[in-house]
Amino acid sequence: MRRRVEEKIFKFLMIISLIFVFGSLLLILATVFLKGLSSLSLNILLKTPKGGYYLGREGGILNAILGSLVLGISSTFLSFLLSLPIAFYLNNFLKRGSNFALFVRFSLDVLWGIPSIVYGAFGFTIMVLIGLKTSLLAGIITVSFLILPIMARSMDEVLKMIPSELKEASYALGANKIETSIKVVMRQAFPGILTAVIVSFGRGIGDAASVLFTAGFTDNLPTSLFKPVATLPLAIFFQISTPFPEVQKRGYASAFILTLIVLLISIISRILSKRFSRYRVR
Amino acid sequence: MNWRTHISVRNLSVWYGKTQVIKNVSVDIPEKKITAIIGPSGCGKTTFLKSLNRLIDLQEDVKISGSILVDGEDIYSPEIDVNNLRKKIGLLFQKPQVLPMSIYDNVAYGPRIHGIRNKRKLDEIVEHYLKEASLWEEVKDKLHSPAYKLSLGQQQRLCLARGLAVEPEIILADEPTSALDPISAEKIEKSLSELKNRYTIIIVSHILRQAKRLADYVIFLYLGNLVEHGPAEEFFTNPKEPKTRAYIDGKYIEER
Repeated sequence: MRRRVEEKIFKFLMIISLIFVFGSLLLILATVFLKGLSSLSLNILLKTPKGGYYLGREGGILNAILGSLVLGISSTFLSFLLSLPIAFYLNNFLKRGSNFALFVRFSLDVLWGIPSIVYGAFGFTIMVLIGLKTSLLAGIITVSFLILPIMARSMDEVLKMIPSELKEASYALGANKIETSIKVVMRQAFPGILTAVIVSFGRGIGDAASVLFTAGFTDNLPTSLFKPVATLPLAIFFQISTPFPEVQKRGYASAFILTLIVLLISIISRILSKRFSRYRVR
Repeated sequence: MNWRTHISVRNLSVWYGKTQVIKNVSVDIPEKKITAIIGPSGCGKTTFLKSLNRLIDLQEDVKISGSILVDGEDIYSPEIDVNNLRKKIGLLFQKPQVLPMSIYDNVAYGPRIHGIRNKRKLDEIVEHYLKEASLWEEVKDKLHSPAYKLSLGQQQRLCLARGLAVEPEIILADEPTSALDPISAEKIEKSLSELKNRYTIIIVSHILRQAKRLADYVIFLYLGNLVEHGPAEEFFTNPKEPKTRAYIDGKYIEER
């Protein structure tokens, strides 16, 4: 009797948590959607801010949409180039229980926890040091630093789950570690690696603090690595913090667009992941 | 007996950390025969097998002493290329471990790694070794479907084909039938006995009847010690050691 009551209580708690989390998600989506609905138009998607945009005049946020996409995709790519080798080195080239691996994982965890404004400040210091102005390039580098630990550690956890027997089967055929990593482990871990990339991309494209001093902001479209670039999080901030309701609504519309971008990329990656994991051993 | 020695193990000891799992084992393994390694669980059979193709290198905190000579060459000498060694010595796992690719690619994986690129040559290899593992008839129409969709028994035969495709001289098999149903197990056994004319086969088994059916030579390990080894006939009918007799009779072996 007591055990059955216990089970009921715990089941109840789980359902409450689920409703809480899922409800928040829906609430966020609904809020940005409803508040921004009246400003959602092709104009906001396809035009750059004209003079007086932040006072309620004509224009759109194409500069920020494109800027965020370029910045997000480039830094995800840069970070991917570094994360994948890190994760493979930790899992396939070091022995399990290696102290070095322990140290690297700990460092990555610490880096993961560092607030993005600190990355922004760090990026800024580096820029001053090497004489780089606020620019797309500086933004890409800083955001790459921000998402590197997230991506590397997520991939690391994915690769940890690959059964050692699978790797041994490849080694037993005379394959070396690189061949085994690329031809066997990569295929098996593909969905997990893709998830790691998407999560990092979402974090990178949505972060405001790290791009504040590094990428800067502009009303122009991104055309050069060495010029400032607009990003959606900052565009949202600038619009919602104006005193004009008309502009604030556009801010919510921008937030909705940002959320939609992340959502779309997640969905596309799910589909890709399904397509490419046909041969995965289950 | 007029058997040529293929693998010669001399004073092999293996430690995991401070635990010694193989204790000073010396034995000669005959060429183109089936050698069965028997003994209760945890007696070091798998460790012994994995030290023969140096898969044991991948374990952490492992120490090895003594030597293993394959064709007179010490496989633990620094000049040995481990990947070439493993090409020469195939391994069949306890649980079939297919690679995350199609049936065709599983067999072609090894040859491709060792430099065969020609499509027609690969087709030939795949067909030949799938036939050799008597799997061809069952899979010839679905060569490009995922390997993991095969039944366990078929997967194990696929693993055998995959191992043979890199043209090893030696096949190690670690309880290759223990995860399979009796009919699949029989097929694997049949394949192994057909292959022994061309390959040196070493099979780890804890099934005595299987060892009796297959083996030409038997090695009995107990708690890391080599208790007895000899030609199968003699080993099963006239064991010299009391421990061997006890094990064959299915009795509990008393600690000294």
